[in-house]
Amino acid sequence: MSRADTNGTIGAEALHVKGWWRSHRWLWLRRASQVSILGLFLLGPVADVWWVKGNLASSLTLDTLPLTDPYVLLQGLAAGHLPATAALTGALIVTVFYLLVGGRAYCAWVCPVNSITDAAQWLRGRFGINTATRLSGKSRFWMLGLTFLLAAVTGSIVWELINPVSMLHRGLIFGFGLGWAVVLGVFLLDLLVSKRAWCGHLCPVGAFYSLLGHVSPLRVSAARRAQCNDCMDCYAVCPEPQVIRPALKGEADGRGPMILDAQCTNCGRCIDVCSRDVFQFGLRFNNSITTHVMKSVKPLAGKTEVLS
Amino acid sequence: MFNAMNAQTTNAARRRFLVDMARTAGGVALFGLGLGLYAQRSAALPAEALRPPGALAENDFLGACIRCGLCVRDCPYGTLKLAELGEAVATGTPFFTARTVPCEMCEDIPCVVACPTGALDKNLQNIDDARMGLAVLADQENCLNFLGLRCDVCYRVCPSIDKAITLEAEHNVRSGHHSRFIPVVHSEHCTGCGKCEQSCVLPEAAIKVLPVRLAKGAPGEHYRLGWEEKRKAGGSLVEPDRPREFNLPEGVQYDYQGKGVILEQGNPPPSVPYDADPLKTLKRGVEGQR
Ligand code: SF4
Ligand code: SF4
Ligand code: SF4
Ligand code: SF4
Repeated sequence: MSRADTNGTIGAEALHVKGWWRSHRWLWLRRASQVSILGLFLLGPVADVWWVKGNLASSLTLDTLPLTDPYVLLQGLAAGHLPATAALTGALIVTVFYLLVGGRAYCAWVCPVNSITDAAQWLRGRFGINTATRLSGKSRFWMLGLTFLLAAVTGSIVWELINPVSMLHRGLIFGFGLGWAVVLGVFLLDLLVSKRAWCGHLCPVGAFYSLLGHVSPLRVSAARRAQCNDCMDCYAVCPEPQVIRPALKGEADGRGPMILDAQCTNCGRCIDVCSRDVFQFGLRFNNSITTHVMKSVKPLAGKTEVLS
Repeated sequence: MFNAMNAQTTNAARRRFLVDMARTAGGVALFGLGLGLYAQRSAALPAEALRPPGALAENDFLGACIRCGLCVRDCPYGTLKLAELGEAVATGTPFFTARTVPCEMCEDIPCVVACPTGALDKNLQNIDDARMGLAVLADQENCLNFLGLRCDVCYRVCPSIDKAITLEAEHNVRSGHHSRFIPVVHSEHCTGCGKCEQSCVLPEAAIKVLPVRLAKGAPGEHYRLGWEEKRKAGGSLVEPDRPREFNLPEGVQYDYQGKGVILEQGNPPPSVPYDADPLKTLKRGVEGQR
């Protein structure tokens, strides 16, 4: 982990072995997804093409498809408001979607803050910033509980007053006001205070969506874990590095190669940066402990690894 | 030995776990406290900000609106706007400012139709039933109609002309021989759309749409308007006044309509010792009895 943090060579080997596209594929697909979702929302206000109206809290696509953020809706419920059918339908659709593709796929593929915190993380590596205020990864669940508690106590959706995710997304589409300051705060937090402080420890939105990830069939698998050469690049690049170990190194403990931890964002960066092609997207159910996949794998081209 | 060490490390680990948890909980609680206080402060809607038609009462609205902006998008007149951080309105919630862009009172109320949550109440079917605020002729010193002119603009632009706002003619005391046409708003019909405030010709509007809570007083619960009761009952509800009976000296009357004690003209002075002030005469007997 520290290796990559200090000299910024994560994925260099993968780049060499697999070429640029295959060592950056999921990263760029993800950016494309983030940008196009934002772009669809911006098409209205910027170009007067109203395919998608609203924002991530609730939207209407092509005047037919309602999508609603189940998290904000639940806060409304906690505040004592039973929402109308359109919002309920929208929230149901979104919930089912993330139940299928992995809850925190929201973080990796949709959330606009992701690019900001990724940028902070990249800069940390670039400039060797190593500050590490200790934050618990469980804090986000406290935050999640807090947002519901505040809603219940005040009868108002309090979290939305400062939620950086909606601040950024709504800001870009409807106008920022001082909302940029909150977003800047998150950026500086991640850059200067602690590694992946926001998305990896504090954000209750991510915490909420991670709850949906507990059952999602679509997961990343360390399918060819026997080929791992312990370069640690995947740990370095993963926004939630603690999720990798049980899958990658769990064979001895009788664990399958599936990354089952719900904090995995399904970003696929580990797939990109692994020069040995250990990871792939797969289905939760294909999680047998034996690494029979070995046989089906082609011998790797390129460098051979000297193990110490 | 090994067991003891093991116990020690688990103890240390447990202590660290507890400390970590306490830190996290403390931090989050502090954050929550701050956020809660901030929420309290931003719960009050400033008087210039009006909610879209059909908006639930402010307290309920803040728990129902998810700040999606769909109402904003479907308003054909660009009336609505989502509050930005730094504005006095709760961040992300829709509002409009009458003086800038008022609500045009669309017949199909697209903003309400668009709202996915019901923060804008779907039960609002007729825009005339909307109560976004209440117009108040706030500045009676500068309103041109109050000064005796015939501006009438607020009255003319009102979508509910002659119901929500009427012109009441009255004598112009200043000139002595003109009328003043006073714009009077009727809360029974005013939707608070803000057209009047927007159109007021003065540099600062004399008529302003305020939140109903600010604009309206409330009569005492036990107050009854006599004339209304009389009209409803179809006649007087109290016994007719009777002339009051006093033990008056001869030649003195009491007028109950308010003139008080009257000395009958032309009568000879009464035979009893009689003071020039009839009240003294009246009280005399009483004092004697004490
Ligand atoms: S953790 Fe929160 S801010 Fe980060 S990507 Fe997920 S939802 Fe967005
Ligand atoms: S009634 Fe019409 S003009 Fe008024 S806020 Fe709604 S959409 Fe806009
Ligand atoms: S459409 Fe409804 S939920 Fe969305 S911003 Fe407007 S009032 Fe709020
Ligand atoms: S706000 Fe003014 S224009 Fe609108 S209904 Fe009331 S009196 Fe008429």
